[in-house]
Amino acid sequence: MQQHSTLPRTAGVGFKSEHFADIVGGDQPIGFVEIHAENYMGDGGAPHAQLRALCERYALSVHGVGLSIGSMAPLDRDHLARLKRLCDRYDPASFSEHLAWSSHGEVYLNDLLPLPYTDETLGRIVGHVDQVQHALNREMLLENPSTYLQFTESTIPESEFLAEISRRTGCGLLLDVNNVFVQAKNHGTSAEAYLSSFPLDRVREIHLGGHDEQTDDTGAPLLIDSHGAPVADPVWALYERVISATGPLPTLIEWDNDVPAWPVLAAEARAAKAILDRAARQRAA
Amino acid sequence: MNAKITAAALAGSFAAALAVTATPALAQDKANMEKCYGVSLAGKNDCAAGPGTTCAGTSKVDYQGNAWKYVAKGTCVSMKTPKGTGSLSVIKS
Amino acid sequence: MFAPLQNDFAAALLDAHKAVPDALTAHNANPPVKRFAVYRNNVIVGLVNALRTRFPATEKIVGADFFFAMARLFVAAHPPRSKILSAYGEDFPDFIATFEPAAELPYLPDVARLEAARTRAYHAADAEPLSPQDFGALDPAQIGNLRVTLHPSLQIVRSRHPVVTIWAMNAGDMALGPVDENRAEDALVSRPGFDVLVRQLPPGGAAFLLALARGEALASAAGAALDEASDFDLAANLAGLIGSGATTSFTLSDQKDPVS
Repeated sequence: MQQHSTLPRTAGVGFKSEHFADIVGGDQPIGFVEIHAENYMGDGGAPHAQLRALCERYALSVHGVGLSIGSMAPLDRDHLARLKRLCDRYDPASFSEHLAWSSHGEVYLNDLLPLPYTDETLGRIVGHVDQVQHALNREMLLENPSTYLQFTESTIPESEFLAEISRRTGCGLLLDVNNVFVQAKNHGTSAEAYLSSFPLDRVREIHLGGHDEQTDDTGAPLLIDSHGAPVADPVWALYERVISATGPLPTLIEWDNDVPAWPVLAAEARAAKAILDRAARQRAA
Repeated sequence: MNAKITAAALAGSFAAALAVTATPALAQDKANMEKCYGVSLAGKNDCAAGPGTTCAGTSKVDYQGNAWKYVAKGTCVSMKTPKGTGSLSVIKS
Repeated sequence: MFAPLQNDFAAALLDAHKAVPDALTAHNANPPVKRFAVYRNNVIVGLVNALRTRFPATEKIVGADFFFAMARLFVAAHPPRSKILSAYGEDFPDFIATFEPAAELPYLPDVARLEAARTRAYHAADAEPLSPQDFGALDPAQIGNLRVTLHPSLQIVRSRHPVVTIWAMNAGDMALGPVDENRAEDALVSRPGFDVLVRQLPPGGAAFLLALARGEALASAAGAALDEASDFDLAANLAGLIGSGATTSFTLSDQKDPVS
């Protein structure tokens, strides 16, 4: 029997060690923390000591970056075994990964790279998700990506592609609302239309992060999913729309670059919590 | 072939080492380490952690072209002895 | 078929001379050169930043521009093989040693080796260090047969250059000043608790610890240290060994030394 994702339906933050004292020190507006799995694959020392302390107070979400689910090549079994060890050691409330690839052959490219959405790639990814869920004996959540370009061979819309993976494997979905916004701006499509076709009933967690703006080949704005800024206002608006449709869902604030002082991140978490609390009250009424 | 050390010399050194380290107030703290092994430098632990993975992209752009020529402007300049050689430069690759 | 395209995509990420693969597109531009450059940039800058994080003193010594130029060549030639990014850059010091433009700073590879050792120590396995009291009951007459297990975090970086002094100056622990490049220093890196410590070893200290790490008995290790440094101070080095949390277990056995 696979373990299901059981994060609390409240706000959480991506854990940064510089916030450790604040997070374990006082009452904070969060119910869970998320870590990047690959940063806790060392043998010992401060990272594991901090993680043990965090787990005493908060639910834990393990978020993988290096599994390369979107590779056409087979999954790295050694890496899968490392993930299993980590999950066995901390028994997290949730495990998630990305609809992307990040390694090729022996080389780890350290970025979430895009793939075409076709019957061929669908079949391959379904196989990989099955393999991961079987190896970990857990439901995994698959996250929608931010992409900067597209593939001529793509035949399936992304939200449909994710819905089909979830239907065939039983995996949950992690809806990154900032990615939806970035994606729509970058490809000249509609975020609202994307969300309307997204299988919201399969969503087990939400990500909210900040983005930056550059320009593309035509001089038009190109949004970069940098996790280095506050969540943008239109992303908050999309998020409220999702939550009013789904009810409260575990919601993570991601801030990975130019990490701010704890009060700044806590304020973002509080803003998410306010939206979640409002949705809960409306449901109860 | 190792230099020979007598059992008596070993025992004497051991007794001396125990005497230095056995002071209860000093046992196992940083002060004791410094006393035993010279100046202890903790440095910045965040650096010791090394890099971590992230699931974000970067908005910092690498403007580096192929034709470049750099002169080091780091602390190597301040650490040079007067007889040191000239400036450090990167050749075009 | 995505597999061949994935090969081309990966190859073009690390080699800016390769063209953007044909199968990539954008709603408003073709080929999407700048859009592909976002991925190239994420990979290169992300990995260079990983090296900047692990080798901050090395970067300070040569300056940000020089470091970036050197690191991006390393990244393109030696991308990571592990998904555990804190392990990236193990062979960066060797790369620096062969990097012609850095040849004027002969100490630079060793400073990088010291920084790499600090990261390994930070992530090393936990083990409870022995205290001096644990050694108190040993029979001094038998002490030549003492063999110790060193803490898993323990690392020794030997250098023909003043590696500890230079690192300390660039880690903010010492004021910057002229250094004699040819003064040899050996560094001991350890993490008895959660903090990584860097210490300069006394004469013969490195030979002493390396012999103990190989499993040699104390008498033999002290001999190896004396062979290397005639001013090796056994009492002071023993005090360092048992007083600094460097050991996690010991045995007294009279089995023959593995090396003599």
